[in-house]
Amino acid sequence: MSETKDPVLSVRGITRDYVSKAGLFGKTETVRALKGIDFDLHAGETLALVGESGCGKSTLARILTLIDAQTSGQLTIGGQDIDIAHQTVTEEMRRTVQIVFQNPYGSLNPRQKVGAVLEEPLVINHSEMSAGERRDRAMEMLLKVGLQPEHFGRYPHMFSGGQRQRIAIGRALMLNPKILVLDEPVSALDLSIQAQILNLLKDLQDEFNLSYLFISHDLSVVRYLADRVMVMYFGEIVENGSRDEVFDNPQHEYTKTLLSATPHTGLDSIRARMAARKKAS
Amino acid sequence: MSLLKIRNLTVEFATATGQFRALKGVNYDVEAGEVLAIVGESGSGKSVAMLATMGLLPDSATVKADVMEFDGRDLTKLTSKERRQVIGKDISMIFQEPIASLNPCFTVGFQIGEVLRTHLDMDRKQARQRAIELFEAVGIPDPEKRLSSFPHQMSGGQCQRVMIAMAIACQPKLLIADEPTTALDVTIQKQILDLLMDIQQKSDMALIMITHDMGVVAETADRVVVQYNGEQMEEAGVLELFEAPSHPYTKALLSALPEHATGDRLPTVSDFAQENGSGFSKSDEANAS
Repeated sequence: MSETKDPVLSVRGITRDYVSKAGLFGKTETVRALKGIDFDLHAGETLALVGESGCGKSTLARILTLIDAQTSGQLTIGGQDIDIAHQTVTEEMRRTVQIVFQNPYGSLNPRQKVGAVLEEPLVINHSEMSAGERRDRAMEMLLKVGLQPEHFGRYPHMFSGGQRQRIAIGRALMLNPKILVLDEPVSALDLSIQAQILNLLKDLQDEFNLSYLFISHDLSVVRYLADRVMVMYFGEIVENGSRDEVFDNPQHEYTKTLLSATPHTGLDSIRARMAARKKAS
Repeated sequence: MSLLKIRNLTVEFATATGQFRALKGVNYDVEAGEVLAIVGESGSGKSVAMLATMGLLPDSATVKADVMEFDGRDLTKLTSKERRQVIGKDISMIFQEPIASLNPCFTVGFQIGEVLRTHLDMDRKQARQRAIELFEAVGIPDPEKRLSSFPHQMSGGQCQRVMIAMAIACQPKLLIADEPTTALDVTIQKQILDLLMDIQQKSDMALIMITHDMGVVAETADRVVVQYNGEQMEEAGVLELFEAPSHPYTKALLSALPEHATGDRLPTVSDFAQENGSGFSKSDEANAS
């Protein structure tokens, strides 16, 4: 990754306010979910976003994927400034950034066959494409994410969680995006399936030169996958650095708390715990 | 003599396509004051085993066991009335979703009071006093005020503390924790685990920790049972298990941990199954129907 190249995604001073009203005549209250976010994402890199629930990770993901508008600040995707509150969103804009959600049971339509799930982005974005070509492309993607041709006509409920996450990843890649926002993509999966999906994500990244924004609360996964790590706390980025910098030399208090709270599976730490336990009893 | 002794436990569910065997003859021994972790992936039967012990499975389930003893009493021969006196008092359980396990229509104070009045015959005043003590013990700030809160007014971590307070209200001999921290943030997970271990150590109760997270196992267990697909793969002390796992499935699980990754790719469980040619073959393709 060269830092000299222009970033594929650039965020400057993004804020997002949510306004809630207490009762019919109550005063409105403003909650600032994002308090000025700055970061860059470069081609082919994996940037991890870590933070506790309610810190604004998903709000940021919604803004980057053009689902929500930012309240203020500048969002630049592929060199183009985008503010969906003041301009119409074109299909072109949406193609660049795609998202994979946490829960593969909730993010697929139960009444749509897998083939239709994969074809739908093409129907919307490439209406000129023939049905035969759509089918070929969907089939190609199905194989690429590690499923079999016979899965094409099946419904989501016939698949395990890991397979469904593969389908969701395939759907996100149908439009050849440059950036994939992965919102806790493996936290609902079993350990062995998690390993398969992480391997798949690595393969796809190499093949398509994708940039990942990987949202997670699992530091061991982040350490394995990420090139750079951002730590978010109450709507602010409190730490942003290379993986090794953040893990080996955390600066912010919250990052330190987070690192010390992560369970350790090393033999030394188990020995230390057992010794302390013996002493106490 | 062990506190909980289970031999050859099988559980079958009647489904539309015939009998489904969720547990295929498992054995457990839990000593007083011990922490046993039951670890496995979804479908390994870890929760079913404990629900069967508690007698909480639905009617569609057939539970069979050669021995099922708790504290010298045969659990299979209890009437439902006798069972209710054991469950919630001597054996109690906390579940994965703290907010879903509490009744949204009643204050947490009422719900914890219910436990105390039912099992310990306390009156309202005594129950309130004891509830405040319990809330203090599990680290809920401002306990007197918190008693009149509803579950939705508390965070997930706070609700799990309430659940723990309810579970230890009658000073049980055995506490079963079914994925107690899976729904919680890492920092809150740490607090809850520390709290559980602290209570366990002080009161010398036995604790069964059901989890899929090897990190939680490493941080809490004395002894570990590894389950896969309704069968017991391995049983070992926690240090032995992490140092020298004997069963290929356990080896596979441990090497799939991202923090143990050595090369560029994570080994997956199916890699091991192929290597060993053994009976377990859980790739995510395998369970498609």
